[in-house]
Amino acid sequence: MVTPTEWLALMEAMSRGFAGHSLVSFYHLSRALLVKTETLFDHFDLAFREFFTGLEVPPEIFEELWQWLGKETLKREIDADALKDLPQYDWETVKKMFEERLKEQKEEHHGGNRWIGTGGTSPFGHGGNHPGGLRVGGESGGGMAVKIAAERRFKGYRRDVTLDVRQIKVALKKLRHLRRTGTRLELDVDETVDKACKNAGEIELIFNPEHKNDVKVLLLMDAGGSMYPYAKLVDRLFSAANSVNHFAEFNHYYFHNSIYDYLRPEIDGRERIPTAHILKELNPDHKVILVGDASMAPFELFMENGIIDYYDSNETAGIVWFERIAKHFRRTVWLNPMPQRYWRHPTISAIGQVFPMFHLSLEGLDEAIKKLTAF
Amino acid sequence: MKKQPQPIDEKIMKDFTRYSGTSDYIVSKDLQNDVNVSIALGRPLLIKGEPGTGKTLLAQSVAQGLGQDLLTWNIKSTTKAQDGLYIYDTVQRLNDSRFGGNDVSNIENYIKLGKLGEAFARDTQAVVLIDEIDKADIEFPNDLLAELDEMKFYIPETKKTITAKQRPAIIITSNSEKELPDAFLRRCVFHYIEFPDQELMAKIVRVHFPDLEKKMIKEAMAAFYQLRELDGLRKKPSTSELIDWLKALLAAGHNGKVDLQKDLPFLGALLKNENDYEIAAKQRQAFQKRSSLASFRR
Repeated sequence: MVTPTEWLALMEAMSRGFAGHSLVSFYHLSRALLVKTETLFDHFDLAFREFFTGLEVPPEIFEELWQWLGKETLKREIDADALKDLPQYDWETVKKMFEERLKEQKEEHHGGNRWIGTGGTSPFGHGGNHPGGLRVGGESGGGMAVKIAAERRFKGYRRDVTLDVRQIKVALKKLRHLRRTGTRLELDVDETVDKACKNAGEIELIFNPEHKNDVKVLLLMDAGGSMYPYAKLVDRLFSAANSVNHFAEFNHYYFHNSIYDYLRPEIDGRERIPTAHILKELNPDHKVILVGDASMAPFELFMENGIIDYYDSNETAGIVWFERIAKHFRRTVWLNPMPQRYWRHPTISAIGQVFPMFHLSLEGLDEAIKKLTAF
Repeated sequence: MKKQPQPIDEKIMKDFTRYSGTSDYIVSKDLQNDVNVSIALGRPLLIKGEPGTGKTLLAQSVAQGLGQDLLTWNIKSTTKAQDGLYIYDTVQRLNDSRFGGNDVSNIENYIKLGKLGEAFARDTQAVVLIDEIDKADIEFPNDLLAELDEMKFYIPETKKTITAKQRPAIIITSNSEKELPDAFLRRCVFHYIEFPDQELMAKIVRVHFPDLEKKMIKEAMAAFYQLRELDGLRKKPSTSELIDWLKALLAAGHNGKVDLQKDLPFLGALLKNENDYEIAAKQRQAFQKRSSLASFRR
């Protein structure tokens, strides 16, 4: 959101001539003053392109003009009213006039209103101010800036699409929750020395309740076949969570499509641990993050023995296990890498009723973490 | 009646184009402009960008380019906003009162100005670098709002107000470890340093190694950008790592003699993560297999 302060700063900068006379400078100036995070640059680019498209005049480059036009543009302020009074030409006329003018003109010319050159209000040349003139090389008033915006180089920085390990780590760090707990006191040495000095040497001991980080995290990841397209993303989430060393406890298990009687500690190992055992071992304070596309055949989720593995069976339906997990732990979220528009799928919406579901993007992750840390 | 066009104040325009890079720091045109806008508007310049794109070096270059002193305030997780303004050294005062020393009744002897305070108190304009502001507590930037706006602060112990004689140019860097508060962002000019393209990078390399052979630069850059393109890297190598790598290559006497397409020595200077190392090694093996097959067919 652009605030009045920022808008006024832009107005001040413009009135002092900082945008020069080019839309390119205006593009950079307004971006620097109005948009304060690279994640919104792409939105700015889109808006900019939308607004300024159509200003560009097809560039026609004539070799012999290049040298004339290599000159610095003359700084000359031209009033908007004056611009309106200039004769308007259509494209064909401009082209014809340009060719005629080119035949007549024998020398460089800058700043006038007739000849081909830089600055001024002649419809030919560059850096000038004729609305609807013909640009020949150099920096155009409008086109370049729109081209920069149209490149959309900041697409990759949007918050709603990208996720790299560091970004996830930063997001996960918000989970850490330093709390002064219990009645055990520790001596605050810094405060004590400070207080003693202020008291002219009279020693006064300052105690604080113990500072403790007590965040415990349980990460449950779907390693089923339909998750392959997102394997890299989930791997990044895992490596980020695993390397955040602010958690008092970090546990992770894998499942296949849905959680049944057993969970796997390794993605491709054979070892299995009873889900009931994990529920018994971990206390309800664990913050649980489930990751999966939640998409499967309905019988896999709702039926006993619905498990997809041919040699396996389950006495309890997947959905019942999910409900048990949601009931046991106080804070749970589900991160779904599938775009939100697919969430009407029956198993996704069923699981979405058990766990608060968020999209596995930086934006979604932020929301999920807010949910996990809320009181 | 037509309005007379207003001439642009010559002095302002001159003021505006003050900083234009230095010989050892290549700066893009829009970054130059943003530096100058921030100085002219008296607003702090907030710099973000991939690690290793020269955020901190920019401040040095600005100070050098403007011929001013640079005051660097390195932020740590324990830094408080107050530290940048002044510190009341009560421990020294207590010590002096017990064992003699300075005049204890004059508290001013024990007020030590921080980097920002020092810049305010100076007679000449200075450049203040607040480095890695995101390391500090979330509230840190907010605690500096009034001081950065009004360029003055009050010291209750001595009942004195320190007002900036010359508004310092303030450059703030952030690695986005934490979100910065909106109220703070509103007051900044923001610039995101993009990763340099090959053309700009060639210029940067030139600045660091003026005598390097053209062929070697070309090959090293090709290898470097190829490496950055690799899928799945946890930490992409940055400009400063490229420079280190070139230094290592030169120190080992590799000036133009090694075919970097085939062999990448000192990969450890570029990749700092085991996982990334493996990815690059695999890629290289695949490449070598392909090229040896090709030569076999021939």
